[in-house]
Amino acid sequence: MSLPEIEHREHYLNINYGIRSWLLTTDHKRIAWLYLLSVTFFFFIGGLFATLVRLELMTPQGDLVQAETYNKLFTMHGVTMVFFFLIPAIPAVLGNFLVPMMIGARDLAFPRLNLASWYIFILGGAFTLTAAAAGGVDTGWTFYTPYSSIYSNTHVVLTVVGVFVTGFSSILTGLNFIVTIHKMRAPGMTWFRLPLFIWSHYATSIIFILGTPVIAITLVLVGLERIFGLGIFDPALGGDPVLFQHLFWFYSHPAVYIMVLPAMGVVSELIACFSRKRIFGYTVVAFASLAIAVIGFLVWGHHMFVSGQSVHAGMIFSLLSFLVAIPSAIKVFNWTATLYKGSVSYDAPMLYALGFIGLFTIGGLTGLFLATLGVDVHVHDTYFIVAHFHYIMVGGSVMGYLGGIHFWWPKMTGRTYPEGWARLAALIIFIGFNLTFFPQFVLGYIGMPRRYHVYPPEFQVLNVMSTAGASILAVGYLLPLVYLIWSLRYGAVAGANPWGARGLEWQTSSPPPTSNFDRTPVVTEGAYAYEKDPEEIYTFRKPAHV
Amino acid sequence: MKFEPLVSRRTYALVFLTLLVLTALTTAIAFVDLGGGWNNVVALTIAVAKAALVILYFMHVRYSDKLTWVFVGAGFFWLLIMIGGIMDDVRTRPLLSPETAGTAAQSRAR
Amino acid sequence: MSKVEVFRAHHFDDLDQQHAASWIGMWVFLATEVMFFGGMFAGYTVYRYWYPQAFADASNHLDVLLGGINTAVLICSSFTMALAVYSAETSRRKPLITFLLLTIALGLVFLGIKFFEYYTKFEEHLVPGSLFKFEGPLARHAEIFFSFYFAMTGMHAVHMIIGIGLLTALVFQARRGRFSALYHTPVELTGLYWHFVDIVWIFLFPLLYLLGRHL
Repeated sequence: MSLPEIEHREHYLNINYGIRSWLLTTDHKRIAWLYLLSVTFFFFIGGLFATLVRLELMTPQGDLVQAETYNKLFTMHGVTMVFFFLIPAIPAVLGNFLVPMMIGARDLAFPRLNLASWYIFILGGAFTLTAAAAGGVDTGWTFYTPYSSIYSNTHVVLTVVGVFVTGFSSILTGLNFIVTIHKMRAPGMTWFRLPLFIWSHYATSIIFILGTPVIAITLVLVGLERIFGLGIFDPALGGDPVLFQHLFWFYSHPAVYIMVLPAMGVVSELIACFSRKRIFGYTVVAFASLAIAVIGFLVWGHHMFVSGQSVHAGMIFSLLSFLVAIPSAIKVFNWTATLYKGSVSYDAPMLYALGFIGLFTIGGLTGLFLATLGVDVHVHDTYFIVAHFHYIMVGGSVMGYLGGIHFWWPKMTGRTYPEGWARLAALIIFIGFNLTFFPQFVLGYIGMPRRYHVYPPEFQVLNVMSTAGASILAVGYLLPLVYLIWSLRYGAVAGANPWGARGLEWQTSSPPPTSNFDRTPVVTEGAYAYEKDPEEIYTFRKPAHV
Repeated sequence: MKFEPLVSRRTYALVFLTLLVLTALTTAIAFVDLGGGWNNVVALTIAVAKAALVILYFMHVRYSDKLTWVFVGAGFFWLLIMIGGIMDDVRTRPLLSPETAGTAAQSRAR
Repeated sequence: MSKVEVFRAHHFDDLDQQHAASWIGMWVFLATEVMFFGGMFAGYTVYRYWYPQAFADASNHLDVLLGGINTAVLICSSFTMALAVYSAETSRRKPLITFLLLTIALGLVFLGIKFFEYYTKFEEHLVPGSLFKFEGPLARHAEIFFSFYFAMTGMHAVHMIIGIGLLTALVFQARRGRFSALYHTPVELTGLYWHFVDIVWIFLFPLLYLLGRHL
């Protein structure tokens, strides 16, 4: 039974009904929902591929699928998760919803481009899913040449077209964020009053803009080589496969910061709210976000230590990779300092935020092992790497995403989710995650290579632990799907600010009106002023332009 | 409301003629052996000069705000980072002669 | 509300903000284009460093006269584009349309010459792939040069075609009197795009056509 309070007031969800009003919307909040549904779909597709991978790896023999099929499974898992979930998720869902609201704007700078970016995302996804349905691709999500450009007999072109197209979705999102943050802040919202979520998304957008085009052209060149024989990476002509790797990783390393920076932005918001405190060292954290983005562009060669890259370049990339850890570490220290003497509560979003800090730290520290040239020679292309990046991407980004979804769920839907179930799910996810991926550090260190569907029998115990963990993790991920949908109908009605947070987005109703604020906000104070009342921080002008 | 154009037609014409002259110049010099890799330097310098003229005058950047300058600069700077990083690797690869890079494989009949 | 207010989108406070956002937005997009073409320039740099002789020999098979003419054609088109923007800025509708049409015409001339060049390269068996034939021991490396030639000029041509499409749309809008001193942002932004495509060619010409002429 629907509750009357929500239905009487007009807001962005009920202002228009019907499929056309959703598919032709230019409201950034509705576009965020379109993305939410899409990335959730791709997350479960990617999860399906992962399930098959982990099932195969329960036994040392290759008994579930053939080797070629296994290659396709881990490739499709990577392609789907990286390009169709991790890269878009927080920016296109939470970023789209919140960036205008957090800065006091009525929408993003280019609403129609925003809608176009979603259609482009769907188009790219369609190409990639078609490739999967037609038999998949087996090159690894990294598409290394000359296998991808000459020798593979799978649907490389279809897949790279899908990734290429989706890249433009990223570019448009980044473009929109940069222009919006520069030009559409509300009166009084100066740069250093912005929430750290905005700083993170600005930094992420720099990477979108300067990095994505490089993988775009690189995949075009692979496609041209396959279709027209334009032998740019062909060793038989004197071409250099390592050149492909340079171009590929020039984007794909910064891409991992696309995945983690927005999650860090979420974590800053959550830590502040659930400690009832300003973020310690706000300015430093803001600059650290920019530093991660910039320095992140200088380290790509650490993926290529054993590829034939010169030792000279390897040493430089190794040194820079150590440097890039510093701003991330600064953030972890500052979040921790924020907790100190804070009034900490452990609602589900906070559980995810705390989980992020712990798991990201482990992932980041293992990254330092990998930045160390000598160690990387030993563990490159083993499960150590797999564990490292899953700690960051799943223990980090996915936890950040879930924490953010829970935190802003009341704002987006006007409903609260069941807190008990949410905490349980967070706990299950944390346990399942560690059981899945910690054994993989050990496996990699003792020598199990990645991308193999068979392994020596002595590795089986750890593999079984990992698969068991994966099944627990799957349960943990399914729970929010169920109770969040449930809450849309049966959840308690949420007020404008159920968490008592200080951001501008909480100073308007839940769900918000289409133009976000009935009156233009005027900001007089920085973010996270938890020692003050919201009325002391924001005032509102006469009705805004419509 | 009157809008004053940022750049006069005369300026455009001067820039246009300069661009044509620079094109002729770079083409002519290309046939002269300047020795020691200077042909490269000259050709790129002229190209950069032409691009700068287009950016500053045709694209109005000379009269634009600092934010525009930052974005213009960022794109080209990032490109230099990418080329620089890749070339640093390429130039420091050991004694393996680049000419041997492809000869290990027989030329394939395509 | 003045007549020009009809161009203001509802989420902007005023036309100035909208214009500033659009201008910066276009430059952000052009930054992505720099990196997009840049990937190919990076690859070119690597192989030219490794195979200078092969690249020079291969380059000398290109027609420097046609390349030079095309360079001049594009520079003219940038001039006419700048004048088109000037006309819009000064509310001169007829010159605006004229200069837009001239820019389109010059763009088409460029493409015509380009495709003629492609055709001759095809006839000379210089298109990479199974039909490629090049005398001498540097044939394989020369094939890499031609791969870059076709990839870079081809991508450039695609951008020209898109630009001509944008300009055509502008012509139709200009004929309907959409642009004036008070509002001409689409003309400005298309101008930025067109000039960028010209700049790409300004670099392509010496790198592809001129590198071996002195040898």
